[in-house]
Amino acid sequence: MTTTTPVEEDGVQRRDFLYIAAGGVGAVGTALAIWPFVDQMNPSADVLALSSTEVDLGAIDEGSEVTAVWQGKPVFIRHRTADEIKAAEDVDVATLPDPQTDEERVIKPEWLVMLGICTHLGCVPLKEAGEYDGWFCPCHGSHYDTSGRIRKGPAPLNLEVPPYEFLDDNTVKIG
Amino acid sequence: MSFEPKNPVIKWVEDRLPITGMMHHALFEYPTPKNLSYWWTFGSLAGFMLVVQIVTGIVLSMHYTAHVDLAFNSVEHIMRDVNYGWLLRYMHANGASMFFIVVYLHIFRGLYYGSYKAPRELLWWLGLVIFLLMMATAFMGYVLPWGQMSFWGATVITNLFGAIPVVGDTIVTWLWGGFSVDNPTLNRFFSLHYLLPFVIVGVVILHIWALHTNGSNNPTGIEIKDKQDSIPFHPYYTIKDLFGLGVFLIFFSAFLFYAPNYLGHPDNYIPANPLVTPAHIVPEWYFLPFYAILRAVPDKLGGVLLMFGAIAVLFLLPWLDKSRIRSARFRPIYKQLFWIFVLDCIVLTYVGGKPAEEPYILIGRIATIYYFVHILILLPLVGLFEKPKPLPASISEAVLDKKPSAEEASNA
Amino acid sequence: MLKFIKSLSAAALLSVVSISGAQAAGAAVELKSATWQHTGLFGTYDRASAQRGLQVYREVCAACHGLNQVAFRTLADLGFNEDEIKALAAESEFTDGPNDDGDMFERPGKPFDKFPEPFANEKAARASNGGAYPPDLSLMVKARPGFENYLYSLLTGYVDPPSDFEMMEGMNYNAYFAGHQIAMAAPLTEDAVEYADGTPATVDQMAKDVTVFLAWAAEPKLEERKNMGMKVILFLLLMTGLFYAAKRKAWADVH
Repeated sequence: MTTTTPVEEDGVQRRDFLYIAAGGVGAVGTALAIWPFVDQMNPSADVLALSSTEVDLGAIDEGSEVTAVWQGKPVFIRHRTADEIKAAEDVDVATLPDPQTDEERVIKPEWLVMLGICTHLGCVPLKEAGEYDGWFCPCHGSHYDTSGRIRKGPAPLNLEVPPYEFLDDNTVKIG
Repeated sequence: MSFEPKNPVIKWVEDRLPITGMMHHALFEYPTPKNLSYWWTFGSLAGFMLVVQIVTGIVLSMHYTAHVDLAFNSVEHIMRDVNYGWLLRYMHANGASMFFIVVYLHIFRGLYYGSYKAPRELLWWLGLVIFLLMMATAFMGYVLPWGQMSFWGATVITNLFGAIPVVGDTIVTWLWGGFSVDNPTLNRFFSLHYLLPFVIVGVVILHIWALHTNGSNNPTGIEIKDKQDSIPFHPYYTIKDLFGLGVFLIFFSAFLFYAPNYLGHPDNYIPANPLVTPAHIVPEWYFLPFYAILRAVPDKLGGVLLMFGAIAVLFLLPWLDKSRIRSARFRPIYKQLFWIFVLDCIVLTYVGGKPAEEPYILIGRIATIYYFVHILILLPLVGLFEKPKPLPASISEAVLDKKPSAEEASNA
Repeated sequence: MLKFIKSLSAAALLSVVSISGAQAAGAAVELKSATWQHTGLFGTYDRASAQRGLQVYREVCAACHGLNQVAFRTLADLGFNEDEIKALAAESEFTDGPNDDGDMFERPGKPFDKFPEPFANEKAARASNGGAYPPDLSLMVKARPGFENYLYSLLTGYVDPPSDFEMMEGMNYNAYFAGHQIAMAAPLTEDAVEYADGTPATVDQMAKDVTVFLAWAAEPKLEERKNMGMKVILFLLLMTGLFYAAKRKAWADVH
C-alpha cells in the first residue's frame, strides 16, 4: 500500500468518501435490522386469520340486540323497530356533528350492525339510553341516536360500521 | 478531562450532570495502547451480544407464555405466526452461543496476556462474575421452551444442589417451588431469566469502569509510559472494532440462516415429558467442559464441588500466577503451557458431550486433573523458575521493532 | 493479524471437531440418505412432492398421528389455493362453542383451524394403540438426530428381523429404530394411496413425499430464512469490506 499523507488533496477526498460510504452503509444496515423488531408487534398470522365472525340472526327479536365478538371487539347487532328506523331517518343530516344518513349506515334498515366502541376513548356504550334513545357512553357522556350517530358529547364520530354481508336471511358475516 | 461542549443544550446538561463528558471520555478520548491486536476485539463484541440478547429477549417475551401447558406451543407460535418470529428466536438461541464464543475467547486472551495481574485483579473478578451470571441466565433461558432437554436439564442442574449436606433437599424443593420441576419452576426461571441480563449490564458497567481506571492491557503487557504509547479510542479502535463486528456478524449469520439448529439439540423439539428421560442428555456446548468435570468424580457432592471449584480457582489466578511478567509473549514456558491448557479445555468439551462410558471417563478424569494441576501447581511454579525473554523498553519500541517483520508477513 | 487468524482458526477447528463429536453421539446406525431439494444453501421445498406427502399423511398417518402445530391456512405455502384449503379444512369436524344454549357443537373445519387430533387425549391414544403413544408429527423431522434421513430410513426400514432376534409381543422390527422394536406396524404398503399426478405410489416414493411434507411442517419458514440469509450475508460482506478499508485509512498514520 502506498502511504498517503492527510495533506494530499487526493487522499483527503478519498478518505472522506470512504468514511461517508462506510458510515452510510452501516447506518442503512442498522435501519434494516430494526424492521423485524418493529414488525413483530403487528398482528401475527394466526390473529389475521381469525378476521371474520358469523352470527345467527334468527334468535334476535325485533327491538332487541345482541353483542357479538369480532377481532376481540364488541359488535352491536340490533333488530330495529319501525319507530327506531323512522327516528333515525327523520333527522336533518346537516345538523349532525358527523353527517351521515341512516341509509349509508345499514344494508337492511331493520338490522343495525356497528362496533360497540365509543369513538371518544374506546368505552362500550349502554344500549337504549341517552337523550336520543340510542346509546349512551357512561365514561364521558356521549349520546348516540338510533342509528348509532353521535349527537351530543365529546365523541367526534359516529359508531363505526364494520364490513359485513348477509350470507342468507338469517346469517350475517362480519369482517 | 478536556471535554468542552459547544452545543448550549449539552453544556446546560453537562454543568448539572456530566454524563456526556463521561461518555465522551470513555468512547472517544480513552487513551488506548496503540498495539492492541484483534484479540482485543472480543470485549466489545461481548458487549454487542449482550445488547442483542436483551433486545431479542424483550421482543420474544412479548409472545412467549410461561406456563407448562402453553410454553412449547407459544414458542412454535413465534416460529410460525409472529412476523419475523423465526428470525428473532433463532437470533436469540444462536446468540447465546455466539455470546459464549466471544466471552470464552475474551477470557483466554486475558489468560494469555496476563490481563488479570495487578492492578487489574478486580477487573478480572468482575469479568468472572459476569461469566457466572451468564451461565445462570443461559441455563434458565434454555428451560423456557419447555422441551425435553429444557425439562431434564432443569431437573439435573437443580438436583446438583441436593448434594449439599443436610439442607440439600430443602434447597432443591425451594428452587422448584414443589416436589419436581413444574409450573412454579418455569415461572420463576422466566422471571429470573428476564432479570439477570440487567444485572449483567450493571456488572459490565463496573467492569468497564475498572478497565478505564488502569487502562487496557496490551500484547506486550507493559503499561503505557508516555503519550507516544497510546492513541485515542476514537477513531482508531471504534473503526477497528466495527470491522471486527462485521466479520463476526458474517459468522453469526452463517449459523442463524443456514444452520440455526446445529448448536441446539433435536430432543428440545419434543414437548417436555416428566415421565420419560431422553437417552442422551447433554447440556448446551458451552457447559460441556464443566459437565465433564462434574462427571469425572464418582461422588455426588465431590463432583458438584469440583465443578464449582473449576470456576472458583479462576478467582485466585492473580495470586497463583507468581510471574512478574504479564504477557506470554515473553514467557517461553508459560506460552507452551497455555496452549496445552487450551487443548485440555477442548478435550473436556469433547468428553462432556460423550456418553458416560470408557474410554471417555478415563480421558475426562485425566483432563480434569490436568485442569487443576495447571492452575494450582504449574502456574505458580513456572512463575518462580521461568527465565523470561527481555522486555522492550516501551510499547512504542515494541511496535517499531515489529514493523519490518509484520510487513514481510503481509507481503508473503 | 495473520497470526491472529491462524490461532483463531486452529482453535475454531478443534472446537468444531469436539462439539460435532458430541452431537454425533446419538446416531448408532448408519442411516439411508436421499437427496432433498430443500437442503443446501438455496434449497426450496419440492411442492409436488410435499403435496403428495400431504395426501400420504392424511390417508395413512393421520389415523394415529396428529399435526397439532400446523394450521390449514399455511398449506398456501405448498401451492394450494384458498378454495382448496377451505375444502380440505371442511373435511374435518371440530368441536366449538358453547352456543347460546350453553352446548358445545360440531362444525366443519375452517382454514384457521389446526389439523385435527386423532385422539381425544394421550390416554385414549394409548388405549387404541396397545399402550404406545403415536407422537405428534409437527416437529418430527427436527426432533430426531438424522432429521429427514432418519424419517425416510425409518419408514422404509421394516425388514425381517435377524433369526436370533427376540421380538416382544406386538412389536415390529425396524432396522433404524433405536432398539429395533417399534410399536408401529409398517405404515406404508405398495399403492397405499393413489396419487392424482400419476406418480407410482411405491413405498420409497411415499416415504420420501411424506418426509418432504413433514420437513415443511417442521420448518415452514425455511425458504424465507435462506433467501434472507443470502441478502444479509452479501450486505455484510460489502459493509465489512468498507469498514476494513476505512480502518486501513484511519490507521495509516499510526507508527
